[in-house]
Amino acid sequence: MNNHKLRIAALAAGTALVVAGCAALTSSHDAERDAVALMKKDFHSRGQATLDRLDQDEVQKACTRYAETGKLPEGEAQHLQQAQLATVKYPADGDYLGDWKAGEKIAQTGKGKQWNEKPTAKAGGNCYACHQLAKHELSYGTIGPSLYHFGRTRGYGVDMQKYVYAKVYNPQAFTACSSMPRFGYHGILTEQQIKDVVALLLDPKSPVNQ
Amino acid sequence: MNPIQRAVSLVCAACALAAFGVHAQSSTEQEIEKYRQQVGEENPAELWEMRGEALWKQPRGPKHASLEQCDIGLGPGVVKGAYTVLPKYFADTGKVQDLESRLVTCMETLQGLTREEATKNHFGSGPKRSPMEALVAYITSESRGIPMHVSVSRPEEKEAYEIGKKMFFYRAGPHDFACATCHGHPNLRIRLQDLPNLTDPKDAQRAYTTWPGYRVSQGEVRTMQHRLNDCYRQQRFPEPGYASDAVTALTMYLAVNANGGKYNGPAVKR
Ligand code: HEC
Ligand code: HEC
Repeated sequence: MNNHKLRIAALAAGTALVVAGCAALTSSHDAERDAVALMKKDFHSRGQATLDRLDQDEVQKACTRYAETGKLPEGEAQHLQQAQLATVKYPADGDYLGDWKAGEKIAQTGKGKQWNEKPTAKAGGNCYACHQLAKHELSYGTIGPSLYHFGRTRGYGVDMQKYVYAKVYNPQAFTACSSMPRFGYHGILTEQQIKDVVALLLDPKSPVNQ
Repeated sequence: MNPIQRAVSLVCAACALAAFGVHAQSSTEQEIEKYRQQVGEENPAELWEMRGEALWKQPRGPKHASLEQCDIGLGPGVVKGAYTVLPKYFADTGKVQDLESRLVTCMETLQGLTREEATKNHFGSGPKRSPMEALVAYITSESRGIPMHVSVSRPEEKEAYEIGKKMFFYRAGPHDFACATCHGHPNLRIRLQDLPNLTDPKDAQRAYTTWPGYRVSQGEVRTMQHRLNDCYRQQRFPEPGYASDAVTALTMYLAVNANGGKYNGPAVKR
């Protein structure tokens, strides 16, 4: 109750500023602070989707700040990508290529991390939600670019394998504020699962390259 | 056939279609089109609308009163067109409220129900029907054909809009998603589902004015609260409180973006 009154008071204060014709930046900043406070008041933990998921890390903060206006300034983007590249944990055995058949299954399922799912259940990568991959799968989304013939056009070499491993582990390492989830960084996919989707893209026998 | 029988047979047609599944090749629009051809101009939501109208007029709660004197935006008892001005600031509560939040208020004040009683079963399933979904279906149906004209002239309304906008762009959680990830760009699809760009007036109008919807995949009429709840689940966020100020703020942002669009719900959705 008290909290609520406080918030109303904060809203009223923010409003007064807007009415007084203060700089747009100030009101936008206030709205952001108010939005976070309101979400923390009105959302609740459910299953594994706990309230602390509303807390942002550096990337999420920076990308939210610039989401409405477009792009991160070039310098900040470079800085963010470097810091994110440093988070990538490469496989200790130096082997990036798993089993493309397992990779195809991972690409097909979007399970994982939702409040109605068991926290212990293995998550999927849901790559088909956003990407075209194997030609036979017609049900694919367009949030990301087509990855059909990825290996055929980009090459099968170990450098390319290492890049795709790191890209899936942490897409922000190469494209600041990418829409693609950080599968390794957030622990959505395991090391073996990431190797398997690397194989889906880069094994010459994978349907992606047929 | 009387209206109830007709509506029941429509619902069954919908079940059959849902069980049949959909072809991978067809887009959302095509699926809905196919469905429309099967049921003609009829919409199973009619069943919810009828039940909602009865509920609106039925005395309930400790005060044994109906909701007919409820002010849902255009004054006590006015249903026609009321949905097109929501969310809106209400002086009696001192809050910006959407339809569901407002109905909870009236159930408390007019009927004497507690908030828990009023919001129990807010998302129905099968035999456990939701009074809310029926009431919302009825009230929204009384706005068909009227353009959305949600106001942000009051400071409280403007503030709700600004907060809702921030919520729309707020990235967080284990998938780094915001609403804008899926609904902030033109012409995107997830798998074969078309994603409206809710920052664009044309897409926002089409999306907003067709909710609530009879969902073929669920055999239920679902409200905007339910749609947002399900998107937050996919976003891997914690769950938003039902009829909460946060959901109202987000709804305010979506509604204002849809201003000018002719209201056309409850519609049929996949
Ligand atoms: C929610 C959407 C989304 C999901 C899910 C997703 N991606 Fe992406 N992906 C993108 C977007 C957007 C881009 C383009 C921007 C970028 O490069 O980060 C992209 C880029 C890529 C690239 C870089 C392409 C290039 O030309 O170098 C690769 C490789 C990739 N994704 C693989 C995957 C794999 C494998 C999965 C599943 C494990 C996956 N993606 C899941 C959205 C997604
Ligand atoms: C991970 C993807 C994803 C995220 C994040 C997401 N949505 Fe959705 N949204 C969807 C999908 C998929 C649909 C269903 C489209 C369909 O059925 O054709 C949808 C549908 C909707 C609709 C109904 C559109 C229509 O035309 O019927 C609205 C409104 C909506 N979302 C709002 C939101 C809001 C607001 C948020 C943030 C709280 C959000 N969504 C977050 C994927 C998402």
